[in-house]
Amino acid sequence: MNDIIIYSVISLSLIGIIAAIILHLVAQKFKVIEDPRIDEVEEILPAANCGGCGFPGCRNFSEALVKSAHDKKTIEGLNCPVGGNDVMAIAAELLGLAAEEKEPLIAVIRCSGSHANAPKKVHYDGPATCAFAHNLSSGESGCPYGCLGCGDCVAACDFDAIYMDKTTGLPVVKDNCVACGACVIACPRDIIELRNRGKKDRKIFVSCINEEKGGVARKNCRVACIGCSKCFNVCSFDAITMNNNLAYIDYEKCKLCRKCVVECPTHAIHELNFPARKEKKVEVEKTVESKKVADNAAEIKK
Amino acid sequence: MLKTFKIGGVHPEENKFSADQPAEVLDFSKQVIIPLSQSLGAPSKAIVEKGDLIKVGQLIAKGESFISSNIHSSVSGKVLKVDQVLDQSGYRRPAIFINVDGDEWIEGIDRSSEIKKEITLTKEEIVKKVHELGIVGLGGATFPSHVKLMVPEGKKAEVLIINGVECEPYLTADHRLMLENGEEVLIGTSILMKGLGVNRAIIGIENNKTDAIANLAKLALNFDGIEIETLKVQYPQGGEKQLIDTVINRQVPSGKLPIEVGAVVNNVGTAFAVYEAVQKNKPLIERTVTVTGKGVSKPGNYKVRIGTSINTLIEKVGGLPENTGKIVSGGPMMGKALNSIDVPVVKGTSGVLLFEEEEARRIEPTNCIRCGKCITVCPMGLEPVLIAQYAESEMWEEVEAERAMDCIECGSCQYTCPAARPLLDYIRLGKFKVGQIIRIRSKK
Repeated sequence: MNDIIIYSVISLSLIGIIAAIILHLVAQKFKVIEDPRIDEVEEILPAANCGGCGFPGCRNFSEALVKSAHDKKTIEGLNCPVGGNDVMAIAAELLGLAAEEKEPLIAVIRCSGSHANAPKKVHYDGPATCAFAHNLSSGESGCPYGCLGCGDCVAACDFDAIYMDKTTGLPVVKDNCVACGACVIACPRDIIELRNRGKKDRKIFVSCINEEKGGVARKNCRVACIGCSKCFNVCSFDAITMNNNLAYIDYEKCKLCRKCVVECPTHAIHELNFPARKEKKVEVEKTVESKKVADNAAEIKK
Repeated sequence: MLKTFKIGGVHPEENKFSADQPAEVLDFSKQVIIPLSQSLGAPSKAIVEKGDLIKVGQLIAKGESFISSNIHSSVSGKVLKVDQVLDQSGYRRPAIFINVDGDEWIEGIDRSSEIKKEITLTKEEIVKKVHELGIVGLGGATFPSHVKLMVPEGKKAEVLIINGVECEPYLTADHRLMLENGEEVLIGTSILMKGLGVNRAIIGIENNKTDAIANLAKLALNFDGIEIETLKVQYPQGGEKQLIDTVINRQVPSGKLPIEVGAVVNNVGTAFAVYEAVQKNKPLIERTVTVTGKGVSKPGNYKVRIGTSINTLIEKVGGLPENTGKIVSGGPMMGKALNSIDVPVVKGTSGVLLFEEEEARRIEPTNCIRCGKCITVCPMGLEPVLIAQYAESEMWEEVEAERAMDCIECGSCQYTCPAARPLLDYIRLGKFKVGQIIRIRSKK
């Protein structure tokens, strides 16, 4: 009886020792020498794994940073939108390089087709996902470019930075948006755009992406861009381009003068976070809804 | 025991209200709109311009790629414009607008009602004619017919199956066609047989159309090689792969075409259109459409010129009933709810159904109770519940691995689900995404 115990202990120990030697040799042979800086850089990254940098996770991004610093001696083109300039500066310091300053971005919703502005013509009762609704039909308002209101962008956001406004039926971006771009990818209609945050978070943008002719677009939505070129003509900075019956404001050229906002006959151009205009100039009678969108955004900012 | 397919299937309420209404020729309206994408494949290219005077049967748009079809004018008059028009989903697609003026036909079209039985054209000429005159599959998928007639090298067609199943509830257009134009359908079948080079054809008809079966069986005695097969009533028997399984007991492999098992399937409507094209030189410019619904005062079947507004059809059956909740183009199982009634009838429009508010409303979906009914009824042997769940959680690789691309979108799973889960909706989403992934992969 005792013999059995002794033999089994001895044989198992021997197997253990042999296996340990093999494992040790294999570990020596296949050892991967990793740059310790990868861990250091990863440590300072936000660890949100949102994919906003273009890599699957923060670990991959830090690997890419270290590789780029090692091979090209620069980390240009790599940016963590969540961490912003602060994090990138620390990362650059760790790698012994200089970080480039990047203007922070924020997502904006380029559609004002709320319940009031773009009344429903048909009723959609399918699954509440924009991806399916987009494939199925042009949507409840009939605008084939507008927001479908099922909230795929809200579901995609990892930062709780976007929510659905029940009264307007449109998503609203909160101020804590980190511009990771998840909602931009989630939106089947490409309504959401990442734009410059701008000075004091002030922004001017065309809140419509409808490329149909003016009359057709207006039939479905009263605040649609009709491609009249009025804003294009009034802009002194060449910031506005007209393409396919649609105006687009280049945020890098825009000087936030607000001339175009006043000029737009359909109130398709939105201004965000600006102080109220002087009494005399108040010509802009925005629709109740679009004002609400702006107000909401302002409130959240507070 | 009547034949049917081996796995799955459901039997929805038939509701064929318009079965004994003879197909009535509908007067064409003042303006017709002819969309440029009426068949599967690439849209056709307009060859007329604003202001052109055109006649009935004139070629107005040319199909340029292999899988696309020619489009002919269904009316005579003046081209108003070539512009965008709303399609059935509410998206804008190019179309030709024609202001109707009289009813002048181009020369060479035999408009007499005399039946021409003798087939004088050769095999190649038949295929050419079918291509030129824009014949597409009228069963719903609108696959260009000439492509089906060109058997790829290395394959051999053994049997032609003519689909007279009309398994969709409500629809009766094919039923009426088999009753009223039985002989033409049989001649069309003979032409298709000659075009394919086969000497056997089977016309499959479900047992709920006994008068049509009797009519065709009597007429078929005069035709060589055409058999009439009576089938059990089971949805989706009209699906290509299901019908092949039913009639000749062969299973088309996943992702393959019916020619793989030596079969070619065409609809009875297509056979009739082929007859008209080959024997009478008449392009595909009109089709039979069923307009029906529980609230409709006089449901009926109408021979409609392509491009007529659906609104005209609805007015013909006594206008829109007050409590209409949904208007569907096609059958109730696979049809598409319309965004607007100002859309034109196209080659693929087999029916217009007006559903009452009560019928149209969806039941609020509840949690899956894991009863497995959807798996039992799936005619393709898939697991709809799994595919739908994967698609809902955006697991596209798993959606593909569950063979979502084999789904024929018959809707049996969603129809039968006791928890009213939107199974097919999610499967469609999955198919769309997987299709995108496959396209990207094949480009690499």
